[in-house]
Amino acid sequence: MRRVSLLSAAFGIALSGAALVHAIPAQAADTVTIVIKDHKFEPAEVKVPANKRVTLLVDNQDATSEEFESGEMKVEKIVGGRKQIKVMVGPLKPGRYPFFGEFHEATAQGVVIAE
Amino acid sequence: MLASLIIVFREVLEAGLIVGIVLAATQGVPGRGRSISLGIVGGMVGSCIVAAFADGISSLFADTGQEMFNATVLLIAVVMLAWHNAWMAQHGRELARDMKAVGRAVQSGEKSLAALAIVIGVAVLREGSEVVLFLTGILASDEGGIATVATGGLGGMALGAVVSVLLYAGLLQIPTRHLFATTTWLLTLLAAGMAATAVNFLAQGGILMAGGTVLWDTSDVLRDNSLVGQALHVLVGYTDRPTEAQLIAYVGVVVGILLLTRWAASGAPPSNNSHVASAAE
Repeated sequence: MRRVSLLSAAFGIALSGAALVHAIPAQAADTVTIVIKDHKFEPAEVKVPANKRVTLLVDNQDATSEEFESGEMKVEKIVGGRKQIKVMVGPLKPGRYPFFGEFHEATAQGVVIAE
Repeated sequence: MLASLIIVFREVLEAGLIVGIVLAATQGVPGRGRSISLGIVGGMVGSCIVAAFADGISSLFADTGQEMFNATVLLIAVVMLAWHNAWMAQHGRELARDMKAVGRAVQSGEKSLAALAIVIGVAVLREGSEVVLFLTGILASDEGGIATVATGGLGGMALGAVVSVLLYAGLLQIPTRHLFATTTWLLTLLAAGMAATAVNFLAQGGILMAGGTVLWDTSDVLRDNSLVGQALHVLVGYTDRPTEAQLIAYVGVVVGILLLTRWAASGAPPSNNSHVASAAE
C-alpha cells in the first residue's frame, strides 16, 4: 500500500515539474531517424557527427513494442508499437556503435557510425 | 520460443536477485514474508498498469517520461535501501544476538520492512513492465501466440526464481554473525549501482548534460549485457563503460550510506555501539 502512495507522490511531483521541463527550449541538436519495420532497422547503418550530442528518433512502424538498446551508446528505451521515441546520445568519439532491438535481437541489429 | 524464455528470464533475474538479497538481509525479522510478498505482488500489479500506460508515460515531459520514470523509481529504491541500512545499524545486532529484543524493535522493524518491500516492488515494477510489454506484443502478433507467451512467461519466471533461491541459499551459508555485515554491504552496493543506472537514464533523457565521458571500457573482459555481467550489474552495479557522472553517483552513494550508517549506529544504545561499528566495517 505504502509503495503505491509513494510512487503516486513521486509521479505527482514529477507531473508538477512537467511545465518546467517544457519551458526549457529544445536543444539545437542533429536528429537522425531510424525506422523499425518487420523487426529490422532501416537504415541499419546511420552516420552521425562525432563529438556532438545527437538525437536519435526511433520510429517503430511495427505493431509490437521494441526495446532500443546499445551498450556502446549507453541507451535503453522502449518504443511502443506504431510509436516514436527520441534518445539523446553522445557526444560520441569517432567509431562504430552497434545497437539492437532487445525484443527481436535476431533480426533487429544496426550500427551508428560517428565521424 | 526459447528467445522469449530468455528475455523473460533476464528481466526476472534482475528483480529476483534483489529479492534474494533482501530475503537474506531480513533473516529473523518477523513479518518479512508478508512484506516481501506484498512487494512482489504489488510490483506485478504495478507492472501491468505501467505497461498499459507505457505510451502515455513515455510521452510525458517532452518525451522523456520513460527516463524520468525509471530514474525516479531507481532513486526511490536507493533512498529506501539507505534507510534500511541505517535502521539495521541501530537494531540489526539486537536481532542477531537476542531474539527477545525483536519485540522492542518490531515497530521500527516494520518500517524497515516497508522500505525493503518498496525496493522489491519498484524492482519488480521496472523489470515486470518490460516483460508485460514484450509478452503482450507477442500475443498481439502472429509470432507464436499464447504458447510462446506461456512458455516465456512461466518458464522465465521459474528460472529467475530458481536463481534467486540459489543466491538466498548461498548467502545463508554465511555464519549469522557475518551475514548482516555481508548483506549490509550487498544492499549498499546494490543502491550505488541503482544510483549509477538512474544517472544514466537522466543523461539519456537529456536532463543531465554533464559528466557523459566514458572513463574506461572493460567490455572485452565482461560485457554488461552478458548473463554474468548482468548479474554483477544488479549485485554490485558493474557496468562495462562507466561515465564520470555514474562513478560520482556510485561513490557518492557508497560514502553517503556508510556515513549515514555510522551516524545511525552512534545513536544506538551505548552497549551496542562497538558491535554495530564492527558490523558496518
